[in-house]
Amino acid sequence: MQTSNSRTALAVAGVLSVTIASSAFAQTTLTIGTVNNGDMVRMERLASVYEEQNPGITLDFVVLEENVLRQRMTTDIAAGSGQFDIMTIGSYETPIWGANEWLVPLDDLPASYEVDDLFDSVRDGLSHDGTLYALPFYAESSMTYYRTDLFAEAGLDMPENPTWDQVRDFAQTLHDPSNDQYGICLRGLAGWGENMALVSTMVNAFGGRWFDMDWEPQLDSAEWNEAISFYVDLLGNYGPPGASSNGFNENLSLFNSGNCAMWVDATVAGAFVTDTSDSRVYDSVGFAAAPHQVTEKGSGWLWTWALAIPTSSQNQEEATDFIAWATSQEYSELVAAEDGIAAIPPGTRQSTYANDDYMAAAPFAAMTLAQMEKADPNDPTLEPVPYTGVQFVAISRFQSFGTNVGQQIAGALAGNMTVEQALQNSQQTVRREMVRGGYID
Amino acid sequence: MLLNLHSHNLMKTLLATVICWTVALLIFFPIFWMVLTSFKTEIAAISMPPQFIFEPTLDNYRRIFERTNYTRYAWNSVVVSVGSSILGMIIAVPAAYAMAFYPSPRTKGTLLWMLSTKMLPPVGVLIPIYLLFRDLSLLDTRLGLTMIFMLMNLPIMVWMIYTYFREIPPEILEASRMDGANTREEILKVVVPMSKGGLAASFLLALILSWNEAFWSLNLTASRAATLTAFIASYSNPEGLFWARLSAASTLAVAPILIFGWLSMKQLVRGLTFGAVK
Amino acid sequence: MATHNYNRSMARWLLMPAVLLLIVWMAVPLSMTIYYSVLDFNLLMPGMRDFVGFENYVFFFTDPSFIAGLRNTLVLVGSVLIITIGLGTLIAVLIDQPFYGRNIVRILVIAPFFIMPTVNALVWKNLMFHPVNGFLSFVYRVFGATPVDWFSQYPMLAIIIIVSWQWLPFAILILMTALQSMDQQQVEAARLEGAGPVAVFRHIAIPHLQRPLVVVLMIQTIFLLTIFAEIYTTTGGGPGTQTTNLAYLIFHQALLQFDVGMASAGGIVAVILANIVAIFLIRVVGKTLAEH
Repeated sequence: MQTSNSRTALAVAGVLSVTIASSAFAQTTLTIGTVNNGDMVRMERLASVYEEQNPGITLDFVVLEENVLRQRMTTDIAAGSGQFDIMTIGSYETPIWGANEWLVPLDDLPASYEVDDLFDSVRDGLSHDGTLYALPFYAESSMTYYRTDLFAEAGLDMPENPTWDQVRDFAQTLHDPSNDQYGICLRGLAGWGENMALVSTMVNAFGGRWFDMDWEPQLDSAEWNEAISFYVDLLGNYGPPGASSNGFNENLSLFNSGNCAMWVDATVAGAFVTDTSDSRVYDSVGFAAAPHQVTEKGSGWLWTWALAIPTSSQNQEEATDFIAWATSQEYSELVAAEDGIAAIPPGTRQSTYANDDYMAAAPFAAMTLAQMEKADPNDPTLEPVPYTGVQFVAISRFQSFGTNVGQQIAGALAGNMTVEQALQNSQQTVRREMVRGGYID
Repeated sequence: MLLNLHSHNLMKTLLATVICWTVALLIFFPIFWMVLTSFKTEIAAISMPPQFIFEPTLDNYRRIFERTNYTRYAWNSVVVSVGSSILGMIIAVPAAYAMAFYPSPRTKGTLLWMLSTKMLPPVGVLIPIYLLFRDLSLLDTRLGLTMIFMLMNLPIMVWMIYTYFREIPPEILEASRMDGANTREEILKVVVPMSKGGLAASFLLALILSWNEAFWSLNLTASRAATLTAFIASYSNPEGLFWARLSAASTLAVAPILIFGWLSMKQLVRGLTFGAVK
Repeated sequence: MATHNYNRSMARWLLMPAVLLLIVWMAVPLSMTIYYSVLDFNLLMPGMRDFVGFENYVFFFTDPSFIAGLRNTLVLVGSVLIITIGLGTLIAVLIDQPFYGRNIVRILVIAPFFIMPTVNALVWKNLMFHPVNGFLSFVYRVFGATPVDWFSQYPMLAIIIIVSWQWLPFAILILMTALQSMDQQQVEAARLEGAGPVAVFRHIAIPHLQRPLVVVLMIQTIFLLTIFAEIYTTTGGGPGTQTTNLAYLIFHQALLQFDVGMASAGGIVAVILANIVAIFLIRVVGKTLAEH
């Protein structure tokens, strides 16, 4: 009995010591929180090249789904717990966090980095008071993808710069659900970064805005009603079943498996829909501008995925060196050599679009460039607004009320409530939030 | 022709066989489908009508092992769930013993209070716990996660073990006390051996619940202590077609506990009586 | 007598670690939560921690989704309990009979209980329920019906199915275990007296299963009240607020914008509600739990 007891005790002690002991690292480990999309996964793979060049550095990638990542990063940085040395964040968080002094300012980049090569709008979006707080990994606007084969078959002609009305007519003609072919695929999944990205640009195109100059919410305006009614009608009648649970990824799958005649979404998808191994329709995709309606202002969005360093990181110097490498021209060349020139992270550097080889290899590049140049976060709407951001409002309350409104609109799309009801609830919610935030009384 | 008793029974057994197998296959189907999908190409995974016969590929698994350190996640899961379950047993057994053999008027209330602690939604206390963990340097440590899981499962464990201990006739304890056994000996030599099955079942249940916990493990870890639920979070919604890879990652995440659960099913079936059996 | 007292105090010492730990586990976060719930405390706005009294509670209660959240929580818990206990009893009785391949069938039936809730939700959301490429949409087409778009047409039902699938094996496992311990001589005797299978089930099996049923009810209620991962992974509480339960509401209205004050107020409300349920459970379960 005695022996068996002591053996149990030993086993327990063993487990405890394993639990407690954490291995000591002889070298610097950079913990990188990142999102699991194609370009980031590629960076994770190619980062081994960096590790070989810098023997003292070990890179530890924590890959998370976008929403989980955002929540984890925010908790970590707001609590200053310093678990991450590098964070993947967007153009929404960067200026807000920069203003809170949570991010390391990136003023002293080496000349070889060529900061001036970055697109101005991208750089502005990652700055607060003129100070850069994150380095852009890739940037995107939105555009219209369409199936050239289906358009030719039906004798239709997609203009370079279509209106939403035209898009709706095309969708009506090409909608053939009995053959699993849907007129148009659009984001329907609730979320400020999902359906609201598209919906906000539609509202912009229809002449609406989130707030007037006194921060009074405008969701009960005629423009919103018109835009949302159009959206619900278009996607509800000529979209795939289950549209209210489709986000970017779901729509990409649908488009790649040949189920969508049109799709309005991020320009970054250009590389995916033309990928010969992942797409069934790679040779018959056409590109047009994101549709406009009464105005072209804010009809295409602007978003950047960027790498930033929290001030709570213990390894700021090493981290800066890595993010400069991962967003450099050198990295682009590495990608070109390994995976082909069309796979270069898009939308960040002017030099990419001045490269003839790239423009020839990437059929979507010209439209991406045109859309990137058009989007202006500082002047996103027909009427003036007190906020910056095309498809988002750059204040910290937005991710909550944006998602709330997204829920209501998804509800209207699923047919659980009318557009009027959804907008009325939304107006109420946003107002509540703005009162709580002290913007209005 | 008259059916004799024997063939009547045979018919009944055959009928029961058909019904039971149908039910079982229906219930098991999603898991079967997940495993099957994990051996398809991405295009085959979404094809309509679904493919049952196809050329299997190990590509998805290969890509996952290339990209992620599966063994690290799995090892963290093993350490944290086994550790928390053992720790839970060490604390729960004495508590259940005290409640079962020395009941006081407050025992029932204490028991129910313990169970009610489990009804607090974790989302409501995430920030306080997170800040606490930060200040105690427990973030992203296996120790911290072990403690959380132990506390999370402790109420259920105490209650389960309590019900088993109540089955033991008090006379047996009296007898051992007459022989001069002290409390430690009483627990280890009389009580524990007599409720081995129940203790094993409690341990297994705690293990399963810890293994599958997703909220705390995702929010309180980053990389060093991340468990398999965090591993799944990196495959849940990537760009492009992902069903086959998701299925492969899912299969990898559930396989250890599924196999372990099946192997220990005899213990579970024998032990999950909650003292309901005389 | 002396030994008895000695043992009694000993017992107190033995109980102490568990109770103390749980008190700490309860009290520390709880008091922090109560404290935060009266502050204007948002993690995204550093430096601001003004006392605001009950403002957070007022905001939480006046939330338009609050009633929906309450109702959805009850619907979810109630439906899953009915489904798992009803089907669970049926299946447990079924697989308790002799038939070919009993062990394999049991292994198959128990399997879902070992699956992580996240994986469970992901598999159902994509491989099964997907309206275009999911397996169920194929089944519908075979029968010539239009595929159902589960998460927008019947979102709550979809969640109930997913959660029930996860918890059904638990009910089966416990009820099956209990059935095995049923007195076979009693059953035989009843049969010889001419009782049919229904009568045997009603008069012998049901009373025998009473206690395990209460156990299933109790444990499942505890877990179902705080269901989160399944909703987070599939519907995100929507469309509208159709699948927002209280746990998700707190996450959505407060944690998502790092409004610690309101999250804390929501947490306190949930604790109070949980205690109401606990009192209810004591009424129903307490007797069975304490009696012997």
